[in-house]
Amino acid sequence: MAEITYLQAITEALQEEMARDPRVYLIGEDVGLYGGAFKVTKGLFEAFGEDRVIDTPISESAIVGAAIGSAIVGMRPVAEIQFADFITCAFNQIVTNAATLHYRFEIAVPMVIRAPSGGGIHGGPFHSKNPEAWFFHQPGLKIVAPAMVRDAKGLLKAAIRDDNPVLYFEHKYLYRRIKEELPNEEIIVPLGKAAVVRAGSDATVITYGAMVHSSLQAADTLAKEQHIETEVIDLRSLQPLDKEAIMESVAKTNRVVITHEATLTGGIGGEIAALISEEGFEMLDAPIKRVASLDTPTPYSPMLEEYFMPNAAKIAKAIEDVVRF
Amino acid sequence: MGVSPEIKVQLYQLIYKTRATEDRLLALYRQGRIMGGVYTSRGIEATTVGAALALEKQDFLFPIHRDLGAHLAKGQSVLNILLQYLGRGNSLTHGKDSGIHASDMDLNIIGNVSHLGAMIPVAVGAAMGMKMQGKKVVALNFIGEGGSNIGDFHEGLNFAAVQKIPFVLVIENNQYAYSTPAHRGYSCARLSDRAKAYCIPGHHVDGTDAIAVYSVVKQAVERARDGEGPSLIECKSMRMVGHSAHDDAFYVDKKLLEEGSKKDPIVRLRKCLIEDELSSDAEIAAMEKAIDTEIEQATQQALDSPLPEAHWASEGVFKP
Repeated sequence: MAEITYLQAITEALQEEMARDPRVYLIGEDVGLYGGAFKVTKGLFEAFGEDRVIDTPISESAIVGAAIGSAIVGMRPVAEIQFADFITCAFNQIVTNAATLHYRFEIAVPMVIRAPSGGGIHGGPFHSKNPEAWFFHQPGLKIVAPAMVRDAKGLLKAAIRDDNPVLYFEHKYLYRRIKEELPNEEIIVPLGKAAVVRAGSDATVITYGAMVHSSLQAADTLAKEQHIETEVIDLRSLQPLDKEAIMESVAKTNRVVITHEATLTGGIGGEIAALISEEGFEMLDAPIKRVASLDTPTPYSPMLEEYFMPNAAKIAKAIEDVVRF
Repeated sequence: MGVSPEIKVQLYQLIYKTRATEDRLLALYRQGRIMGGVYTSRGIEATTVGAALALEKQDFLFPIHRDLGAHLAKGQSVLNILLQYLGRGNSLTHGKDSGIHASDMDLNIIGNVSHLGAMIPVAVGAAMGMKMQGKKVVALNFIGEGGSNIGDFHEGLNFAAVQKIPFVLVIENNQYAYSTPAHRGYSCARLSDRAKAYCIPGHHVDGTDAIAVYSVVKQAVERARDGEGPSLIECKSMRMVGHSAHDDAFYVDKKLLEEGSKKDPIVRLRKCLIEDELSSDAEIAAMEKAIDTEIEQATQQALDSPLPEAHWASEGVFKP
């Protein structure tokens, strides 16, 4: 099998699930004829037709609301929000309707919302957002954020097969920048399971999305230059969170850095730090450090954006700090 | 379009039952047995019952907070409604949600959220989803004249129109949205005129005339079922009570209340049944007595029903 990009892995997952289950359909802006703003849904309109790949008006609330309604009666929609920044236009539908229908009425909402998130692409304040923390705080939503090609495919397939609403935050910076050769077999990555992408004994980095790659870079540098061996945990799922994997690694290394591209304050990193402090205090040999974007909107000019975002050097510094504490 | 005598009698029974059930709810509220809000529809029953009765069994009903009559018209029992208001463990939501915020998939009723207008896109989606499965099913949603000013009204209706989805939106214009009179909510005289913006049919109906409401909604429902897309129907009535049981509605224009008192849906339909000789005083009295008895029995049964177990609060967030 040839190498495919992170983006192609998403397309493959959509194509496979649509072929497998006639209830799966796509809905969003420019997803059909145009093939999607990033070409993720390219070819699917031709393959499955206008009844299963629906081009909508600019109406995020109606797109998500209609997807929810169709899911209630047995369809399995994959709705797309063109840029994760625009998910706020559908916020009420997501947190009020999608998230609460099962708790209140035992009515399942087997809907996936795909949202290209993240910066580093000179997108400025409204094309670079990582909005997962807002939804992390609403009970009733599952959230995934793949960092690897295999997980991009496997998590999306699992999300589509899950009977609950799943927010799938794909990272646009990773679309064409990472490639992997996938085995020629069905790939399903279960929700709620983290992956140890690098084993180590000196410190643990807990991360997800694009920062997994920056963390691996930091770990490589520290191993070469300072013989520090960092364990990197790719969460893959934010809700449910793999607490077991987190605590297992904390027990192993006793020193924790949490990094995410989303802004610092109120980010998921704070919740993970609190969790470790509550349930693993005695295992810690250093305070928990967080590395995240500044508490500002995403600036546009490249040197401003670089200053705003975490990167391998900032993560390496934090690892060093906890190791040397 | 002619409405059969059977339907007219059924409309009367349901409107009477709505009024009687709500009177019972208000009594329970005043006795302190209902903790949360109680929303009643005095003056609006012809709209809620007339519209919902126009649906077939397979059609989806999306009521909002004041539409108890619609639940009844779709086949819901008084008992289930009382269990909901009394927060019992065997209520439709097992105590998780209040009042008529309840779904019943046996009757194709989807309960609402409190955010007005938020059900519009969902109702549109339900109709779309059934259409995708080859089913000729229509979804009907209600919204108030106040709620019709929220963004989802536009997004949902526009989406339904452009996609030709079998959806009917009934605006219950009862002239007050909590304390906000209609003229402070929008600038034009008729909300049904908004239909022009979506190039769909718009109808304006006397919302206190159950037969007229039933007739217009039925036409719109069948039009949708035939694949001709959505309709917007504005039913005008007057909210003869406060927004909820706690609200004394001091702000309401007394002239509008006076006008409204002359158009009581029950009085109107009763008069029609008698004048058209579709029913007699004795028959009507018998119907009402049977309904009163049903409500009495349901009340006792609901009060005797168990409360939820506390730990249920932590369960059911996700489907396993």
